[in-house]
Amino acid sequence: MLRGWLVVLVSFGYIGLLFAIAWYADRRASQGRSLVSHPVVYSLSLAVYATAWTFYGSVGRAAHDGVGFLPIYIGPTLMVLLGWFVLRKMIRVTKAARITSLADFVASRYGKSALVGGLVTVIAVIGILPYISLQLKAVASSFQILLQYPEVIVPQKAAPLPFLDVTALYVAMFMALFAIAFGTRHLDVGERHEGLVAAIAFESIVKLVAFVAVGIYVSYVLYAGPGEIFRRAAAQPDLARLMAPFAAPGSIANWAWMTVLSMFAILFLPRQFQVAVIENVDERHVKTAAWAFPLYMLAINLFVLPIAFGGVLAFPHGVDPDSFVLTLPMAHRSEAITLLVFVGGISAATGMVIVETVALSTMVCNHLVMPLVLRWRRAGREISGDFTRLLLAVRRGAIVAILLLGYFYFVVAGEAYALVSIGLISFAAVAQLAPAFLLGLYWKGGTRNGALAGLAVGFATWLYTLLLPAFAKSGWSGMQLVASGPFGIELLKPTALFGLEGLDPITHAMIWSMIGNVGAYVFVSLASRPGTTELAQAKLFVDAFRQGGERAAAWRSTTSAAALQALLGRFLGESRAGELFLAYASSHGMRSPGDLEADADLLHFAELQLAGTIGAASAHAMVSTVAQEEPLDIDQVMTIIDEASHVIAHSRKLEDKQRELEAATASLQAANEQLKELDRLKDDFISTVTHELRTPLTSIRAFSEILHDNPDLDPADRQRFLGLVIKESERLTRLINQVLDLAKLESGMAEWHTAEVDLREIVGDAVSATSQIFKGRGVAIDARLPAHLPRILADRDRVMQVMLNLLSNAVKFCREGAGRVEVRLAEEAHGLRVEVEDNGVGIRPEHQALIFEKFRQVGDTLTDKPAGTGLGLAICREIVSRLGGRLWVRSRPGEGSVFAFTLPRVASAEAGHAPRLMERA
Amino acid sequence: MDRARTAQGFVALFVLGCLLFNYPMLQLFERPVLVAGVPLIYAYLFGAWALLIALGALIARRMG
Repeated sequence: MLRGWLVVLVSFGYIGLLFAIAWYADRRASQGRSLVSHPVVYSLSLAVYATAWTFYGSVGRAAHDGVGFLPIYIGPTLMVLLGWFVLRKMIRVTKAARITSLADFVASRYGKSALVGGLVTVIAVIGILPYISLQLKAVASSFQILLQYPEVIVPQKAAPLPFLDVTALYVAMFMALFAIAFGTRHLDVGERHEGLVAAIAFESIVKLVAFVAVGIYVSYVLYAGPGEIFRRAAAQPDLARLMAPFAAPGSIANWAWMTVLSMFAILFLPRQFQVAVIENVDERHVKTAAWAFPLYMLAINLFVLPIAFGGVLAFPHGVDPDSFVLTLPMAHRSEAITLLVFVGGISAATGMVIVETVALSTMVCNHLVMPLVLRWRRAGREISGDFTRLLLAVRRGAIVAILLLGYFYFVVAGEAYALVSIGLISFAAVAQLAPAFLLGLYWKGGTRNGALAGLAVGFATWLYTLLLPAFAKSGWSGMQLVASGPFGIELLKPTALFGLEGLDPITHAMIWSMIGNVGAYVFVSLASRPGTTELAQAKLFVDAFRQGGERAAAWRSTTSAAALQALLGRFLGESRAGELFLAYASSHGMRSPGDLEADADLLHFAELQLAGTIGAASAHAMVSTVAQEEPLDIDQVMTIIDEASHVIAHSRKLEDKQRELEAATASLQAANEQLKELDRLKDDFISTVTHELRTPLTSIRAFSEILHDNPDLDPADRQRFLGLVIKESERLTRLINQVLDLAKLESGMAEWHTAEVDLREIVGDAVSATSQIFKGRGVAIDARLPAHLPRILADRDRVMQVMLNLLSNAVKFCREGAGRVEVRLAEEAHGLRVEVEDNGVGIRPEHQALIFEKFRQVGDTLTDKPAGTGLGLAICREIVSRLGGRLWVRSRPGEGSVFAFTLPRVASAEAGHAPRLMERA
Repeated sequence: MDRARTAQGFVALFVLGCLLFNYPMLQLFERPVLVAGVPLIYAYLFGAWALLIALGALIARRMG
């Protein structure tokens, strides 16, 4: 026999058990052995999604339109499959910025805007009120139904149960107490509540067990399995219609929109954000939840259809399908199952209400009350006093207020709707947060104004197309407007806006609100320019996976560390603030917080700690009372641009340097090659010289040995051999002299006696000196010297040496008797030119360059004995170039040669002393 | 296969889910046929759902 006191006792016993679990989990958390840090616990806590709506309402919905309840669970299944990308990103951002709630998240994204935070809070609170009223209605109804046991007093929609309103008020008040006790016993750092999560996870198990139990009971005890239920249902036209759910036009559109709606709901219901993001311990848990949470939902929905059809078959008339879960076992007097169902229903409802109100109270406190308090206090002088008590009081007050408002909604509009329809109104409200939230998470271009516009348009559309008709339907107000449109304009009817008819009211509202919301968000975002804080926050959110914790704005301190600690103390409590500062000081290598300076880092740290309690927008405002933000002003932007141009200039310089270095390297390489070449030439020279020295030495030695070994040699032969020895010795001496001379010249060691000379005189002397040789060989010589020539600066002896060499060469290559040599002297633009022309054998063109090299003698070396040392022309060219002139040859084989050289009027500055590469080698 | 690529399996699964629970699949399975006593469309919906969950579990397991 289920008596009222037993039901109450069981209820309170169950609540007591929840407290025990929460207390134990909190204790474990403080010991550092978290009870909730497990992927299964995380998945179960997500199942706070399944509320009294699921527990009682799904069956009610299924009794009306078959599988119409399913998209509410398939949408979340699809969304958590994407959790590894979407949910994990939300968690990453939340942990990095110490975000405390859904409103805080959106406000932070749009430059820590207090306005955005406030708007999101208003939308969430008003949007969630129907949902909370649904829980109150479900629990109050189930209690009232249970009190009638064993009579199934049929709670008809049109005729409410007696005392339901009063019961609902009691339920609301008790739930407020639970929520306050669970969620706001003390101020939690980062708004994490391990005890709450543990209790929620436990409740998820209880409601699943209860629902599966009643499902098995109905399917297999009351009927002979689901097969029998479906078979019997198929025989009834009303139920058979439900087995073809997609036959009706527009049904798939409704289905699809419902799926999208619940995809948003699983992310943006404040309680889902709370358990999935804020209370998340380890982001890897998301991976397990991706399949474990859908599995939970599959399990809890498995028996919805059998129960629904079984209920319709059992109660042909008059029983509200929303109560089938409870009334079916009641009608068959199964007390244990009935009580289990009742407890499961309480679990589903309390879990939702507690988490939802705690999450909403945080938002109301941080985004509606705190900004006003701070503004009000700032209007006075200084912010002073302990805020921790104020914060707790505000939150507790918010919880009570939210539940009272939920009760108010229940009284006004709740009774006219089935459970699921009430809940869907809330879903549609929080779906309005989706564009600002999701687009903001993936598109940096979204701005604060865009978010405000999108939220406002979406929320207004929701109010007009869903909330207003809901009130009207309950007969409270606006009946006229809903029936025929404002001012009788049919086109603006809230339930058939712009003539869109034939759709589910939720689908209708979603279509128009999403078009308006996304449109306004994108259009205004593109039309408005974001501030610097907005830009920085956008980057922080969108690139959450890419970067570490990077902070948005720098603070410029105008305060001391002690003042900062005192500020924190007011919100977190003195001792907690002390601990935080001590930890910060020791992590920065200081012994006490007294050593700390209130630099930008410390201010950022303080802001983060504050944000963990009062939200980013308020924390930002608080810190800005003691420090000045350093936004990116025009100077800083200019500095950044300047730095960039410096970098560009620097890299240009580097390029130039590199080019210079390459050029230097190239010339060094060339010099090295030249040195190697010269080195090789020197080696060649030495080997050639020694070879040339050996030839006459060998002759001298050979003839000397003959003379030595043959004392009785014929005197004529002896004389001839001695003559040869003398001749070879002379040649050897000449050779050595010339090598020495060349070495001197090339090394710059030769002595130069530069003086004014008359070239005519030198040429004349040279011709006279060699006239004997010419006569001896029968070669004619003709010197054509002009009457007057300017004197030049030169070394007389060296010029003489060149002339003698050229003349002796000329005579050497002329045919005896028929030879003819002509010497010409002429004045040129820059100096004087001397030419020595002969009619000898000439030089082949390929040899003309070679004859000036050392030891190069042209002609057939096999037949002709060389008539010189092979150094004469090399020496001549060296001398002439030292005097600043040039020596060259023109020749045609068989016709003769012309050797010519020039001397400048003014002797080259180089003459006589400039060192050369050769000398250094 | 590395972890990041395995995780992309979740996206593929999401797309698969969008296709399974949409036109025309829903209408194709809406036939007056009973599968083990259960109407085909109900069996399809829960079967497809279970398939997604099983594949999701497989991916999560492979990610380690």
